[in-house]
Amino acid sequence: MDYFLELFLGGLTRGSIYALIALGYTMVYGIIELINFAHGEIYMIGAFTALIVASALSLMGMSGLSLLILAGLVAVIYSSAYGYTIEKIAYKPLRQAPRLSPLISAIGMSIFLQNYVLLAQTSDFLSFPALIKEFEFMEPISHIMRSSELVIILTTLVSTALLTLFIKFSRTGKAMRATAQDKTMAMLLGVNVNRVISVTFIIGSGLAAIGGVLISSHIGQINFYIGFIAGIKAFTAAVLGGIGSIPGAVLGGMILGWTESFATGYVSSDYEDVFAFGLLVFILIFRPAGILGRSTSEKV
Amino acid sequence: MKPTKPALDVRALKMDFGGLRALDNIDLQIYHGEIVALIGPNGAGKTTFFNCITGMYEPTGGDMIINPVEREPVRINRLKPNVVTEHGLARTFQNIRLFHKMTVLENVMVARHCRTKAGIAGAIFRDPKTRKEEKEMVDFSYGLLDKVGLGQFVNELASELPYGAQRRLEIARAMATEPFLLLLDEPAAGMNPKETNELDRLIMRLRNEENISILLIEHDMKLVMSISDRIYVLDYGKMIAQGTPSEISEDPKVIKAYLGETFDA
Ligand SMILES: Nc1ncnc2c1ncn2[C@@H]1O[C@H](COP(=O)(O)OP(=O)(O)OP(=O)(O)O)[C@@H](O)[C@H]1O
Ligand SMILES: [Mg+2]
Repeated sequence: MDYFLELFLGGLTRGSIYALIALGYTMVYGIIELINFAHGEIYMIGAFTALIVASALSLMGMSGLSLLILAGLVAVIYSSAYGYTIEKIAYKPLRQAPRLSPLISAIGMSIFLQNYVLLAQTSDFLSFPALIKEFEFMEPISHIMRSSELVIILTTLVSTALLTLFIKFSRTGKAMRATAQDKTMAMLLGVNVNRVISVTFIIGSGLAAIGGVLISSHIGQINFYIGFIAGIKAFTAAVLGGIGSIPGAVLGGMILGWTESFATGYVSSDYEDVFAFGLLVFILIFRPAGILGRSTSEKV
Repeated sequence: MKPTKPALDVRALKMDFGGLRALDNIDLQIYHGEIVALIGPNGAGKTTFFNCITGMYEPTGGDMIINPVEREPVRINRLKPNVVTEHGLARTFQNIRLFHKMTVLENVMVARHCRTKAGIAGAIFRDPKTRKEEKEMVDFSYGLLDKVGLGQFVNELASELPYGAQRRLEIARAMATEPFLLLLDEPAAGMNPKETNELDRLIMRLRNEENISILLIEHDMKLVMSISDRIYVLDYGKMIAQGTPSEISEDPKVIKAYLGETFDA
């Protein structure tokens, strides 16, 4: 039973990270119908930024929660700036172009950013400090769940809830939904669509950075390639849940996380991806638009 | 009686699509407080004209100038649609383009976007100013929906409204941007006589109570003749006539363009 619980919580942790990244994919798709393949790199850049900031700050004697929050905050801001800039440079000029062009541009951006970090940093794995310390109250259940897992799950829960409220009730959230449904009409009602698109990229990038910082602290090492793998998985999660749907991204992330965790735990870690992608194919056969997706392209 | 500066002043407007000249040297003026109709056979270029003045198309030539009340004139050629809206032009479409997955109230609130400010920081910290603005936005939207007779539908999805109500919601949504000139593209299309009648009264009321001017594209001649102060007639991209409803209904060129259709002024 303990083993099952451990796998369940491990899956929930992985799933949370996938969900945090998948939200960015799904929001961007909802607004401009683009698969932002550079999104995984934003997550990776978030992790690198946090590593650099955390190293510098701990040299200055900072530690504990304040270190995590400060490093996380800088990572979120830095990644958001990257997300914003990528949209302006690589996607905005191609908004009227055929659909394939921005997709190619996205892949180019992804490759560029990977190699940029590879050259500017290193190709080796770097060890990442455990920014989330073990809590004392978690001691009795430490054999099933680590404190960092708890933090990851709770952070995802809170972020998703805040995002949902923001989109439902805020002025900008309404403009985002309107833009997703009919860009021209939104524009004609005075919505600055360019600004709405920028905000979407900024929020999605910030969430990916949060995921990047938390998981790196949990696992303890990073390299330039982590964004590619996590990006593909999160993209899978978004498609699984129904791309364009926010609850779908979270659900897809969780299902993918559990599938991987149980496949690793009960079969073999070699089969993790086989099960994950097998599940994707299986679900898409029965629900081509994903679990919560509507065939009439339900968005944001 | 007419004030010297028209609300909208269009001079020598041209719009080419490849080899097709959809609008050829169009002159059109709308004075403050007027209801003006733009009529013409299918494919005459009426919607294209709307698309030009609302910033959706960039005209090939000509000038489009607006004179908002008590503000400087603005040349609106090459302005983006959302900027044109900020300057006080609002429009509806020939086919219904509501945000179907949003409620009636939300549809109107989106249109308040350009008249409000609260950003992301406001949404997070919910400071008194943001809350006040939100309250004003909701009150304004409720008031507007009551005015067009949609008060009982506020929290329903736009897609669930009856047809005539959807049409009125489109007008309410356009009005939420606080225009001084409202452009309606075939607002009576698909309406039954009772709905058309209600629409007739609504348009009159908007002009009388909200201090706006209205430019109307419409095929329903009864509606056009009963509410318009002046009528412009477009045919194959050319303006073939303009005048009062009675002048237009007797104009031989207009009668020829419509080939036998009869008008009751
Ligand atoms: N984006 C476009 N590209 C090419 N041609 C266009 C475009 N928009 C309109 N046209 C052409 O311009 C002409 C005028 O079309 P428009 O839609 O303005 O007519 P209309 O007067 O609104 O007709 P209806 O009463 O049927 O709505 C038509 O020949 C149409 O095919
Ligand atoms: Mg038309």
